[in-house]
Amino acid sequence: MNAVLELEGAYEKYKDDKDFKEELSQLYKNYAGRPSMLYFAEKMTKDLGGAKIYIKREDLNHTGSHKINNVLGQILLAKKMGKKRIIAETGAGQHGVATATACALFGLECEVFMGKTDMERQALNVYRMELLGAKVTGVSSGTATLKDAINEAFRDWASNVENTYYLIGSVMGPHPYPMIVRDFQKIIGEEAKRQHMELEGRLPDCVVACVGGGSNAMGMFYDFIPDKSVRLIGAEAAGKGIDTKLHAATVAGGRKGIFHGMKSLFLQNEEGQIDEVYSISAGLDYPGIGPEHAWLNETKRAEYVSITDEEAVCAFEYLSRTEGIIPAIESAHAVAAAMKIAPKMAKSQSMIINLSGRGDKDVYQIARYRGVNINE
Amino acid sequence: MNRIERTLSELGGKKALITFVTAGDPNLETTGELVLSMLENGADIVEIGVPFSDPVAEGPVIQDASKRALDGGTTLAGIFETVKKIRSKTQAPLLLMLYANSIYGFGAEKFFSLCADSGIDGVIVPDLPFEERGEILPFAKKHGVISISLVAPTSRERIEMIAKEAEGFLYCVSSTGVTGMRSSFSTDFESFFGAIKEYAKIPCAVGFGISGPCQAKEMSKYCDGVIVGSAIVKIVGDEKENSPKAVGEFVKSLRDALDE
Repeated sequence: MNAVLELEGAYEKYKDDKDFKEELSQLYKNYAGRPSMLYFAEKMTKDLGGAKIYIKREDLNHTGSHKINNVLGQILLAKKMGKKRIIAETGAGQHGVATATACALFGLECEVFMGKTDMERQALNVYRMELLGAKVTGVSSGTATLKDAINEAFRDWASNVENTYYLIGSVMGPHPYPMIVRDFQKIIGEEAKRQHMELEGRLPDCVVACVGGGSNAMGMFYDFIPDKSVRLIGAEAAGKGIDTKLHAATVAGGRKGIFHGMKSLFLQNEEGQIDEVYSISAGLDYPGIGPEHAWLNETKRAEYVSITDEEAVCAFEYLSRTEGIIPAIESAHAVAAAMKIAPKMAKSQSMIINLSGRGDKDVYQIARYRGVNINE
Repeated sequence: MNRIERTLSELGGKKALITFVTAGDPNLETTGELVLSMLENGADIVEIGVPFSDPVAEGPVIQDASKRALDGGTTLAGIFETVKKIRSKTQAPLLLMLYANSIYGFGAEKFFSLCADSGIDGVIVPDLPFEERGEILPFAKKHGVISISLVAPTSRERIEMIAKEAEGFLYCVSSTGVTGMRSSFSTDFESFFGAIKEYAKIPCAVGFGISGPCQAKEMSKYCDGVIVGSAIVKIVGDEKENSPKAVGEFVKSLRDALDE
């Protein structure tokens, strides 16, 4: 508890500090490559025949996803707090890669916890992290996926709390993490709003993002929350279908619980045991959702839809062929949701899809899903 | 007076021995035998661990035991039935050690009412910080169940607030990290327990990492009792259905060391 109180204190001290903000802004610009562009997907728009579709290209950030936004912010905070060792959990490996990258840049020791199942399906990212000088520790307990990696990271943090900073990658965990991660990700929505205003002279009618823990969605949604005319749509992973046991659609199938230091929605049984969840996407394979998403759902400010593996893979292929952009399989869930919603909207309307990451890491797995053998 | 408070008030200078076992490993019937065996061999209070899917505060020994128990189909409903049977044979204090969602996700009112019905005297919830105790405290109080508070060396300035309000006994976590046997401790016990003694009005017991009689004796110098968990769970994991005898002998060795 003292560790999170210390973190909250440090964050309150630095979040509005002029030098801190300037340093972060320079890193965003010169290292991460921000602002990320807002791209008009003209072919996709024509093909779907409804709303104008814009794509927020977080996949073009350094390290290939939105994760770097949060990592750079928290690394600076860790540095200010005098922590020498950084630990992180990772699912798809995107947060782990971003963390390993920032640790290389700042010369900090880095250990990333990753479920053994995820290490298999994201072997490329494991090697990337090692190239960047991080130690990747495999976690074989439970389902050997993201939630188990988080368990192990918490255990490590509890043991090494004095010198170690736990760099959580999503809008989850104990306060102040959901707030900190949201604040470092909200630049996505702020930029998108400004860019859309410049291009269209008005707000978009709808923004869509995929939701696992929910950091890219929270980053996209946050600045739009007061703009009631903008629909906020989160796409959850329905895996093999929400009527099966093999999914990770927390809003669709979960209920209130207390886990991983937060009160939120969780997939759980009647005795409060956390469910084993499944998704083709290692980044969405988590049995909970950030507490602010649970609130947005409860107040009906945001809507959450479920996208199956098959729908996500089709969207993965569709965006690759239609726009020449290979999305991360996580982000493909948002693309799939957009493909359902856009045709029902008027041509005068517009939507923004948050393309949270690029899909290079997923090519092998998608090939396997389609029965194509690309073993070298 | 709750059974925990009564037992601790009647120790008469003796150190309290608090022992832990994971419910349902290898099965609930053995759990019942283990609890009684520990009490017969000198344990004053027994903590029954409710297995959880994601035991973030546990080291490998209790993680593995939890997994075996869940794989074997252990449920809270079954644990309450087992507690009832144990309660028919003993008046010793019985606690449940469990994670917050096993109460909240199960339903706090239903949970504490079943505690009262089956004869549970207290709960220890390692992932519920003191500041969030309002999630369970009203329900616990209504049913006369004590919620045990924990302090750790890292609690520092929060020790005063926690110790002042603690009930039953204060669970003092020996060192940073998760449960599990340790060969040595780096905590400055003089200053840690100095701070605790300044504020605590109730007995203090130390746990996390105590692996055997010598350590139990050594640690008991600083406080009113010791808590031993993983070392027992390890024996259960090795001996399975035959473990009550071996565990009884181990608990007796702890008792003898404390009484020396």
